[in-house]
Amino acid sequence: MSVPAELHYTPEHEWVSMEGTSASVGITEYAAQQLGDVVYISLPTPGATVTAGEPCGEVESVKSVSDLYSPVDGEVTEVNTELEDDPSLVNAEPYTSGWMFRVRVGQDGNGDAALPPDLLSAAEYEELTKSAG
Amino acid sequence: MVHERLGATMTSFAGWQMPLRYGSETAEHHAVRRAAGLFDLSHMGEIAVTGPGAGAALDYALTGYLSAVPRGRARYTMICTPDGGVLDDLVVYRQGEAEFLVIANAANTATVVGALADRAAGHDAEVTDVTGDYALIAVQGPAAAGILAPLATLADGGLADGGLADGELAAMKYYAGAFGEVAGAKAWVARTGYTGEDGFEIYCRPEDAEHVWTALASGGTAAGGTAAGLVPVGLAARDTLRLEAGMPLYGNELGPDMTPFEAGLGRVVKFDKPGDFVGRQALSARASSGPRQHLAGLTIDSRRIARHGYPVLADGEAIGTVTSGAPSPTLGVPIAMAYLSSPAASLAGAVLTVGIRGEAVPAHLTDLPFYSRRR
Repeated sequence: MSVPAELHYTPEHEWVSMEGTSASVGITEYAAQQLGDVVYISLPTPGATVTAGEPCGEVESVKSVSDLYSPVDGEVTEVNTELEDDPSLVNAEPYTSGWMFRVRVGQDGNGDAALPPDLLSAAEYEELTKSAG
Repeated sequence: MVHERLGATMTSFAGWQMPLRYGSETAEHHAVRRAAGLFDLSHMGEIAVTGPGAGAALDYALTGYLSAVPRGRARYTMICTPDGGVLDDLVVYRQGEAEFLVIANAANTATVVGALADRAAGHDAEVTDVTGDYALIAVQGPAAAGILAPLATLADGGLADGGLADGELAAMKYYAGAFGEVAGAKAWVARTGYTGEDGFEIYCRPEDAEHVWTALASGGTAAGGTAAGLVPVGLAARDTLRLEAGMPLYGNELGPDMTPFEAGLGRVVKFDKPGDFVGRQALSARASSGPRQHLAGLTIDSRRIARHGYPVLADGEAIGTVTSGAPSPTLGVPIAMAYLSSPAASLAGAVLTVGIRGEAVPAHLTDLPFYSRRR
């Protein structure tokens, strides 16, 4: 099970990749494997405001439909339109071509990206998936 | 355990830990349609009904005419309540003159054992839950016979009517079965399944299950490697396979509030058999009044899935409920079965939609099954 060290994670199995104040978001390989083959993804609209911990879309697999939660606060700048035609990218390459949306997040007092304090490190997330069995 | 070594995602089902999928359920589905799949179905319930009165007891207990089934043949049948509701759908094998093996859904096994025991009272027959004595391994798909044949020796040649004249697997008819050996392990081998493909179900001892599984898995490879294309298949793909084949699932299309007629399966009720049977009066009344609901097939104009419990609307009016829905890997669109208040024929011209989490998604009526194999 791959859990890239440089990413941030949520207990809802999203990952966040930061570049300046731009946060790319997707779901983890663990989540993709638990869901099974993804067949439909509903993403937020570019320009929409998302709130950390709030649902902003849906991920539908053969067996189930789950809410997609935003891991960060900010404005959606871009969504992965490739997923409309090929949602299976989420299963095949969850951390690269299976990315879902990008959010411009605010800055803290030091000019760094302001991220929710409860995001998990790779090690913390890996621990969580292990205890989930 | 073999499934976990294969990297299966497991799921709890009726008290069993069962493989949900090994990799991609879509790929597993295609493998069964195009080549073959290997399934562990050991959760299914096996119930032995034996004794000189076994046939008569089953005629009374079930909707089918089991005493008329020749040795070595199988029937799809149902067990109903006195008011005609379905307690379970069953496959029954006649293994001998006085030996029947009843296959029940895992979650219903205890109910079926209890009902059979009650209904067999007064007949010279014994009902025994033998689920723990059997593992069930299925090999399903167009390549199934070719994979199983070199491993199977069927001892029970010379069966009456439709049995195996020469003891060869290829000669076995659909819905027939015989005792024999698979990879040296004693087994009951039947040409039955729940996928809409040709295939076999192998009932063996639990202690032989891993050996039989491994022999089939490697035999599938030896018979042509990727050409034979045998892959292990989990319960997720089993559900999409049976849905494409229009086969009902207990708890979705079948239940105590339905008779077989609602499911379009009135043919399993044999009114012409001798003697009374549980549910006869109620089922006879339903046969003449017509079903209260109509099982229909739908295709969905979206990638979204119309799932169990979602409403079906005609020109905006609620007319029914989805019972099962999934993407159809073979058709390439989502499909669903639904109970509707009117027969499909009366809905010609109506605009059908399914309410998928608040969105009215266009749907189209289609004949069941969604998929039939070429014969």
